[in-house]
Amino acid sequence: MIEERKPILEVKNIVKRFGGLVAVNGVSMEVYPGEVVGLLGDNGAGKSTLIKVVSGVYHQDEGQVFFKGQEVKINNPMDAINLGIETIYQDLALAENLNVYSNIFLGREKLKKALGCIDVLDHKYMLTESKKVLDRLGIEIPSLKNRIKMLSGGQRQSVAISRSIFWNAKFLIMDEPTAALGVAEQRKVLDLVRTLSAQGVAVIIISHQLYDVFQVAHRLVILRRGEKVGELMTRETNPDEVVSLIVGAELVENSKK
Amino acid sequence: MNNTKTSPGLLVKFGKNWVVFFLIVLCVLFSFIGKGFFANNTINNILLSSSPALLLAVGETFVIVSGGIDLSIGFVRGMVAVISAIVMRDLYAMGYSAFLSILAGIVIGLLAGLLPGLLSGMLIAKFKVPPFIATLGMYGISNGIAYGLCSGFPIINVPQEAGRLGNGHIHYYFSGLGFSLFNRPPGMLDSQLRNLVRIFPNSILISGLIITVFGYILARTRFGQHTYAIGGNIDAARRAGINVDWHLVKIYVISSFFAALSGVLSVLIFSNGSHTQFSASLELFAVAAVVIGGASLSGGKGSIRGSFLGVLILSVLEVGFLMAGIFAFYRYIAVGSILVLAVIIEQTFPELIYD
Repeated sequence: MIEERKPILEVKNIVKRFGGLVAVNGVSMEVYPGEVVGLLGDNGAGKSTLIKVVSGVYHQDEGQVFFKGQEVKINNPMDAINLGIETIYQDLALAENLNVYSNIFLGREKLKKALGCIDVLDHKYMLTESKKVLDRLGIEIPSLKNRIKMLSGGQRQSVAISRSIFWNAKFLIMDEPTAALGVAEQRKVLDLVRTLSAQGVAVIIISHQLYDVFQVAHRLVILRRGEKVGELMTRETNPDEVVSLIVGAELVENSKK
Repeated sequence: MNNTKTSPGLLVKFGKNWVVFFLIVLCVLFSFIGKGFFANNTINNILLSSSPALLLAVGETFVIVSGGIDLSIGFVRGMVAVISAIVMRDLYAMGYSAFLSILAGIVIGLLAGLLPGLLSGMLIAKFKVPPFIATLGMYGISNGIAYGLCSGFPIINVPQEAGRLGNGHIHYYFSGLGFSLFNRPPGMLDSQLRNLVRIFPNSILISGLIITVFGYILARTRFGQHTYAIGGNIDAARRAGINVDWHLVKIYVISSFFAALSGVLSVLIFSNGSHTQFSASLELFAVAAVVIGGASLSGGKGSIRGSFLGVLILSVLEVGFLMAGIFAFYRYIAVGSILVLAVIIEQTFPELIYD
């Protein structure tokens, strides 16, 4: 069913070098609307570098990026965000001293006029609108007036996700979303990824936790030493096969001889 | 254990407002040990002695909330006082009117005072110099400039009208002659000065206005919100599209501006431009007031209201100890102890949680 649609993101032959080191070497992949893609690979395989090219942190040395069918030049993170590509890093980028709705609106605060001429923060508007987006995603947080400091890891992750969804992200990149969470919280975040997918948001998940990725991803892309070594539908594969691709099992066999 | 739901709520509320309780306790205490603590003159003294510190503390609050520190404000204040007094003195000596000389002194002083903040802001934002070092640099430079200009002596011979402006009060009361606004009651002799009741100094009018405006800016506007965000998580602020560098420059300029304003006011109050090495203790006084008021040196916390209460506590201590005839060194010990106590209390009381 997915093949009939046009990809929302397509990268072609991306090469990124750091001095003499080739971090990403000619990788192509595409992601369709509503699809969850697991990007897998060992440390230093080039996952993060590839993702940073898409999110505007790095600029590729060779290759092209297409978004919604058009070639795009993403020079900085704001370019990516303006296109609708949001990246949620492991550190989440939330201001812990501010409350939930202030974080959702951070940098894009809603203002109202006080005394007819002074721009002040419209807390009521921001609170109700934030509540709406959290409800839409089925996220439960006791009160949006609580500071981020008081929330659990999973709730913080949910706030970071709601924040990007509120600003109309069509494409979400998540870097190790479940790494620091307890089991129950991991499940909630994975449920949230499914909800996003059902609402048409495309998601790339980078994770070391194969079990999590197998639960939510439709498709898996495996990198090793900067090159794409495998692309599999999750239904048609198993963790053993994926692990052997990640570590390069044929190399192990070769060395035995 | 059944009551755990209600009792922490009350405790938290007390913890959040301990400064207010502490201030009340201090006032009650001093009214017992010192004679006439609640007399008009005492209130006048507290207001007068707190007004320069108040200005410095307002600027320092912005800096500390953003996660930085400004160590230069004491010497910037001194430098501005000297520059402003020299301009007033020289223009007046050249034959310009008192009004024009004073106005030029105020304007040039304020403008000169913006420079250190602009420089530290740019050093911090663009060249990634830590705020402690950048403002310590400005501390040295402004101290040197001020010292070079005044050679350690106060600049005197500023027009007399400056003193009248600075020492004026919003209203006066003189028994027999009644109330008057801004000017002494007509028909009063200079020899009767001791019986004159002065309540709100003009400088408090200015300070009050500024506290209200900047308290509002910090608490209610986008500028304030971004200041908290930068202090809370500077990377998050950057990724949210906030122009963090420019914001930091503005914050250090605000801090410097308040130091300048305080310097100009000191010329108007004392009728001279004074710069001494003691000026450097003023910024530590301001930092202490801001921290007592609930700010954290790691940023993201604090309020103008809190800093205002912090300044009041320090002023009440100063005036109260003086009136009770207690040696000054006890006051320093008290200020030091309260500062440490404030941080411990802040960390002990848990965060307010909404259901």
